[in-house]
Amino acid sequence: MQKVTGELLINKALELLDNGTVNRVLGWKRGEFAYDMTPAVFADAEELKNNFVFNDFCGANFSKYLIAETRKEGKVLVFLKPCDSYSFNQLLTEHRFDREKVYAVGIPCEGMVDISKVKKAAGDGILDIVCENDGLVVKTLYDTDKVIDCKEVLAERCVSCKSRKCVAYDELLGENGDVLDSSRFDEVEKLEKMTEDERYAFWQNELSRCIRCNACRDVCPACTCEKCVFDNPDSGVENKAVSDSFEEKMFHIIRAFHVAGRCTDCGECSRVCPQHIPLHLLNRKFIKDINEFYGDYQAGAEVGSRAPLVNYTVDDLEPSEAVQKGDADNA
Amino acid sequence: MRKCSIQALDTVFETIAEAAVLYLPVDGDNGASYKKWEKGTVMSNALNTVRSPKDFFFPQSENLMEFRTSGKTIEVIDKREEKEDFVVFGVRACDVKSFDILDRVFLNEPCDSYYADRREHGTIVSMACTRPVETCFCQTFGIDASNPAGDLSCWKTETDVYFQANTEKGEKLLAAIAGVTEESDDTAVKAQQEKTREIMKKLPLADLTTEGFGAGKTAELFNAPEWKELSQSCLGCGTCTFVCPTCQCYDIKDFKTGKGVIRFRCWDSCMYSDFTKMAHGNPRLSQLERFRQRFMHKLVYYPENNDGVYSCVGCGRCLAKCPISMNIVKVMRTIGGKADE
Repeated sequence: MQKVTGELLINKALELLDNGTVNRVLGWKRGEFAYDMTPAVFADAEELKNNFVFNDFCGANFSKYLIAETRKEGKVLVFLKPCDSYSFNQLLTEHRFDREKVYAVGIPCEGMVDISKVKKAAGDGILDIVCENDGLVVKTLYDTDKVIDCKEVLAERCVSCKSRKCVAYDELLGENGDVLDSSRFDEVEKLEKMTEDERYAFWQNELSRCIRCNACRDVCPACTCEKCVFDNPDSGVENKAVSDSFEEKMFHIIRAFHVAGRCTDCGECSRVCPQHIPLHLLNRKFIKDINEFYGDYQAGAEVGSRAPLVNYTVDDLEPSEAVQKGDADNA
Repeated sequence: MRKCSIQALDTVFETIAEAAVLYLPVDGDNGASYKKWEKGTVMSNALNTVRSPKDFFFPQSENLMEFRTSGKTIEVIDKREEKEDFVVFGVRACDVKSFDILDRVFLNEPCDSYYADRREHGTIVSMACTRPVETCFCQTFGIDASNPAGDLSCWKTETDVYFQANTEKGEKLLAAIAGVTEESDDTAVKAQQEKTREIMKKLPLADLTTEGFGAGKTAELFNAPEWKELSQSCLGCGTCTFVCPTCQCYDIKDFKTGKGVIRFRCWDSCMYSDFTKMAHGNPRLSQLERFRQRFMHKLVYYPENNDGVYSCVGCGRCLAKCPISMNIVKVMRTIGGKADE
């Protein structure tokens, strides 16, 4: 259950619209069901009051939308959950949007719920979900109402949340949290402990489900190329066909390389994957390696930091040492 | 109508698999998918598979032909493989209907022989729904989830499985399993249908209608101001089109092999920036235009060219899978009209 209510956010948005600080608001719009909110731009007070929602199903990270939004007239209000605020900073570091055209309100987050876990726990045919204290009361077509502990159905990325600290905002609603000592590398360690064959089999199994919908790339706040190489028909690489099992792996591995050092680990890639491929594990392997080779680094923790991969210090590990270290870890 | 006990279903599968390759939905960690039947394979009870069964007839990518050069000659090789007879078991009413929609595109003149080949060799065994969910809206398009079409229709109750042939192919299959099934009346099936239809009425999307859409609506809907808001947060990914059982657009491309060229076809998505790119460029430059294309195609253009048939079957996959939860239902609610309550 979120500590800040939708009502609180609506009131803040109305105040900022009313006093002219912003002329529109990025927010989550009510859907057909209890869990299918759509990111939307609200410019109208009535619309805000009627359809703006904030609850345990508002996982979408708005930072990337700011690239397009800041090209429009006037200032836009954005609500940033802690993990969104890291993406926000990273985009600013890369000069991807005009900070002057955004009013950012940081909001605390207790973790977002994964609807597929709710469906597994409560059964088919979800008619309504009411968030109460730390539980969800789920009404279904076929079963009696079920009360589910939010912790049991948290999204994977929230189970291993790295930080409850908003690192970018003009104003903060509620209390800021702390950077957490998270368990986010546990799964990566498991992969590292596998033999090469086991690891190959693991990724073969996961990536073979890929349908090349490109949702992971399109939602990724680190994937902001104006024209992705995979969308360029002249590049010779295929953007929509799974031409063979090798190429779909290449797509994900190339993407992971491209966002290495820039990925803030917001987890949107895995959230949107229609095939539930744990894509975040590829990114986390890079983050873990960077931390181990060059010292702890968190992309987006501040604006303007130089990622170890684009920075040089005389103490840097030589590439050959990195390879040796990697081999030793896998031995 | 014939029936067998639930316990005997494995024998039915075994019998079918003797004469054809049998595919059925199987549960996995991440939802159900169609798998080839082998001894011991357990059929999923899931409402539907994550991917639609359109792959059986219209695969995501397939090689069409190869051009091999040697000196000054070019050899053209047909890459078509000899098709085996196959049976797809457990297809839901919505997905069965999607084959009709694809047929109208691929079997119309000029007939797509790659698709036609597969259709000819495939037999569809459908499975009636008993537990529709909140994302289901097949009834909006006149589909009865409790009475699925297909070559052979099936109903699974707690104790038995009932079979009803609808086509010649279905009769043939029913005859093949005659030894492991017995004659039956339809009392149990009728009772199950009654129950399912009652549930359908209670679904949250039961009131969704196609009112306001259909043939002749292009002028009225094309410039509707609502497209802007509906499409504003669309990521431009291809999820909706790739999980959709009726999306039928494809691209044909050449792949250089070094010795020549392999011409292949792959699914395309109107959400992609290079969709229908031509020599002069792309006719739809904004995501609004691309987004509008998808829904106008399903709700206006297709019915206009196909006797009023809509090119959506209400399977609900896009509702469940869109990263931003924007979908055809929200489009219909916003632009069309609700039924009088």
